[in-house]
Amino acid sequence: MTVISSTKNLEALSFTLIAEFDAGVERVWQVWEDPRQLERWWGPPTWPATFEQFDFQPGGKAGYYMTGPEGEKAGGWWLFTSIQAPSQLEFDDGFADDNGAPVEAMGTTHAVVTLEDLGGRTRMTINSSFESEEQMEQMVEMGMEEGMKEAAGQIDAILSEHARI
Amino acid sequence: MRLSYNQMVVDPMSDADLDRLFQAFADATRRDIVRRVTVAEYSVSGLAALYAMSFAAVQKHVAVLERASLVTKEKRGREQIVRGNHEGLQNARRLLDEYEAIWRQRVVRIADILAEG
Repeated sequence: MTVISSTKNLEALSFTLIAEFDAGVERVWQVWEDPRQLERWWGPPTWPATFEQFDFQPGGKAGYYMTGPEGEKAGGWWLFTSIQAPSQLEFDDGFADDNGAPVEAMGTTHAVVTLEDLGGRTRMTINSSFESEEQMEQMVEMGMEEGMKEAAGQIDAILSEHARI
Repeated sequence: MRLSYNQMVVDPMSDADLDRLFQAFADATRRDIVRRVTVAEYSVSGLAALYAMSFAAVQKHVAVLERASLVTKEKRGREQIVRGNHEGLQNARRLLDEYEAIWRQRVVRIADILAEG
């Protein structure tokens, strides 16, 4: 069983998570590159994501919305700032209004995704940095909604079922 | 949108609580004070001796931390004793834990997709 580590730095307004997968780097890259695979994991089952726009190239944008249990929609956008297939991806991530337009007031998160080959397996490192305390607060508020659904103990149980994660 | 998310939160900290929390952590001196008083109690004058600033300035920092529920202050004789507020610190920790939970769940879903081949 592979350990997933995470580092949360309230002072630096950043979050880092490291996960290892029993699949090659090229295969793991696909879950980011292919919007149909991406939308299967980006949102929780109760709030699935739908990517309407996905221009996967440096400077390209992605637009998505998540649909809640009552049919309510929450929009988001990405701006790809750097793509080095299949090892590194960087993007800004923000909120969008009902028309998909960025909501500037809510700030953006900058994400850096790094994939490393571990001899056929893959280590994925996610680093999220928030531009301000307020931005982090908003992200955490959203996180609470999802996090509440699954207590830490349940997550551990799921992880142990998937012994190869 | 923010409203719809909040409606699903079981036990939210209020926006005002969050504002106070992040405001409290936004300053390097206040972060240093929190680190110190979590480990040991300090008097306000004891803290003031550590920084190149006035007693009044340190007292203001302590007041900000107190409003954010990160420290408690108690009068003892002529001294004001500052201690870490463990409950408040746990709340801050919980906020980050919730963000971590999002990503841990995403990782589980990615692993499920990869397992399909």
